[in-house]
Amino acid sequence: MAAVLPSGGASGAPVAQRRARTGYFLLLPGMAWLAIFFAIPFITLFVTSLQAPSPDAAGQFVPAFQISNYADAFINYWPQFVRSLVYAGLATLFALIIGYPLAYFIAFRGGKWRGLLLVLVVAPTFASFLLRTYAWQTILSDNSPITQFLNFLNLLPDDRILNTGIAVVAGLTYNFLPFMILPLYAALEKIDPRLIEAGSDLYASPVTTFRTVTWPLSLPGVVAGTLLTFIPAMGDYINAQLLGSTGDRMIGNAIQVNFIQFRDYPIASALSFILMAAILVLVFSYIRRAGTEDLV
Amino acid sequence: MTWLRKNLIAIIGILVLVYLFIPVAVIAVMSFNKPDGKFNISWNQFSTDAWQNLCGVPGVCDSFLVSIQIGLISTVVATIFGTMIAFALVRYRFRGRSSTNLLIFLPMATPEVVMGSSLLALFLNLRFPLGEVTVIIAHIMFIISFVVVTVKARLQGLDPRLEEAARDLYASPRATFRYVTLPLVLPGIIGAALLGFALSFDDFIISFFNAGTLVTFPIFIWGAAQRGIPVQVNALATLVFLVALAIVLTSQFVSYRRRKSLEVVPEDDRSPATVDVMSRS
Repeated sequence: MAAVLPSGGASGAPVAQRRARTGYFLLLPGMAWLAIFFAIPFITLFVTSLQAPSPDAAGQFVPAFQISNYADAFINYWPQFVRSLVYAGLATLFALIIGYPLAYFIAFRGGKWRGLLLVLVVAPTFASFLLRTYAWQTILSDNSPITQFLNFLNLLPDDRILNTGIAVVAGLTYNFLPFMILPLYAALEKIDPRLIEAGSDLYASPVTTFRTVTWPLSLPGVVAGTLLTFIPAMGDYINAQLLGSTGDRMIGNAIQVNFIQFRDYPIASALSFILMAAILVLVFSYIRRAGTEDLV
Repeated sequence: MTWLRKNLIAIIGILVLVYLFIPVAVIAVMSFNKPDGKFNISWNQFSTDAWQNLCGVPGVCDSFLVSIQIGLISTVVATIFGTMIAFALVRYRFRGRSSTNLLIFLPMATPEVVMGSSLLALFLNLRFPLGEVTVIIAHIMFIISFVVVTVKARLQGLDPRLEEAARDLYASPRATFRYVTLPLVLPGIIGAALLGFALSFDDFIISFFNAGTLVTFPIFIWGAAQRGIPVQVNALATLVFLVALAIVLTSQFVSYRRRKSLEVVPEDDRSPATVDVMSRS
C-alpha cells in the first residue's frame, strides 16, 4: 500500500521510518478516542456488573465480585431476552422479504435513476427516528383503515394492532429496512446481468435462475443486511415503548429502566453485558455458517 | 398479463418506496393539524399555527439549537479524526492493522443501548458530571467509524495515476496532496460529515443515557411523547427532512452533471459513496 506514494528510491530506510511515524500520528487521536470511550467502557461495564450494594449508603454500590448479579438479571428478564430475539428475528426476515425486491429493482432496472432511487431509500431516515415511530401510532391506531381492514378479515388475534407485539415488529421492520436494502443493493449491483440472461438462455425458468444464480451471488449482501437489521433491532427499545404494551417490552427497555429509573447499575450492566455477549455469539456463528468470514 | 409479469418487480419496488415514505407523510400532514386534546395522533382540523409559530412551545427551539450545536461540534472533531485514520489505513504501513480495523468496526456492530450504557457506567465510576460534554464525547465516539468507512472508500477508489501524474510533473508531495489528493477526496469527507451530523442530530438512545438533565431535540420529543408531542415538533422535523433532502439531491445532481461533462469516470465507479457508508462494510 505504501508503494502508492513516492517510492522515494534514494534513502529507503529513513523515509520508511518517517512514514511509519506519520501513520501512527494519523491514527493516534481517533484510535485513542475509541479506546477510551468505546473499549474501556466495556471494562467498566463489566466491573460495574459485579458490584454489590453498599452497606452504608442506600443507592450506592461498592466494588465486589457478585457473579449472582448475572443470575438475577437473567432470571428476572429472560422473557425480555427471548422476546427481543423473536421480534428482531421476525423484523429481519420481513425486512429481507420487503427489501429484496426494491434492491433488485434498483440494481437491474434503475438505469440512470439508480443514484436518485438510493437517495429515496435513505431519505426517510432524515425525518426523526422517534417521530417516524410515533407516526406508526397514527397509522396503526384502532380506527385506522389498516386495522379495520384486517379486523374485517378477522386476522387480528386481539382485534387491534397498536399496543401489541405485531405493532412492535412492524415498527422494527420499518425502521431498519434501509439498513437491509443498501447492502443488498451493493451485492446485487455487482452481479453481471449477463449471468442472469445466460440462465434464461439455457431455458431455466425465472424461478430457477433466481434460485441458482441471483440469490447465491447476492448472499454477501443478504448476510450484511440481516446483520445490520438484526443487531440494532435486538437492542432497540423505542419501538417496544411507543408501539407495544407493557407485555411487549424488550431487553433494551429493561436496560434503560434499570439504568435510568431504578438506578440499579449492577443489574443494568449485567443485562447490557449479556446482550452484547449474546449478539457477538450469534453474529460470529451466523457468519461462520454463512461461510463469509471476510465480510466483516 | 405479460405486462404485469414483466413489470412486477418494478411495481413491488415502487410500492416498497411508497411504504418507506408513509410515516414521513404522516409527520408532514400532522404538522398542519389542530389536535383535539393534547395528543397529535388523529386528524382534527387544518391549521398553520405551528408553522407560523415554530418556537411557540417552551423548550422546542432550545432543544433544537442544543442538538445543532452538539451535531456541529461532534461532526467537526469526528470528521478530522476519522479522515486521519482513513489516510493512515490506506496510505501507511503500521503494526496492529487488524486490531485497528476491529476497533473501528465494533462500534458499528454494537447496539446503541450497549454503547450508551457502558459509557454511562464509565462516567458514573469516574463521577464525571453528565451534560453536553458527555453527549459530545459519546457522539464523536460513534461517528468516527462511519467517517473512516466513508473516506476510506473514497481514497481506495482514487485512480493512483492522477497522483503519479502530479509527481511526474514535479509537484512536491505536499503540493500533490494539496492540489490533487485533497480535492479528489473532499466529496467523501463532506459526505462523511453530512452523515455524521445526521447521525448526531437524530441520536436518541446514546444521548439519553449520557445527557443527565440536558435536553436535545430527540430527548425533548421523547419527554413530550408521554403528555402529547407539540405540533411544532412535526413542523421542525418536516423542515429538517426537506433541508436534508435538498442537500442530498443537489449533491447528487452536481456529481451527475460532473460525471456527464467529464465522461472519464470508469464504469465500475457508478455506485455512490452513500452505499459504502450505509453498508458499513
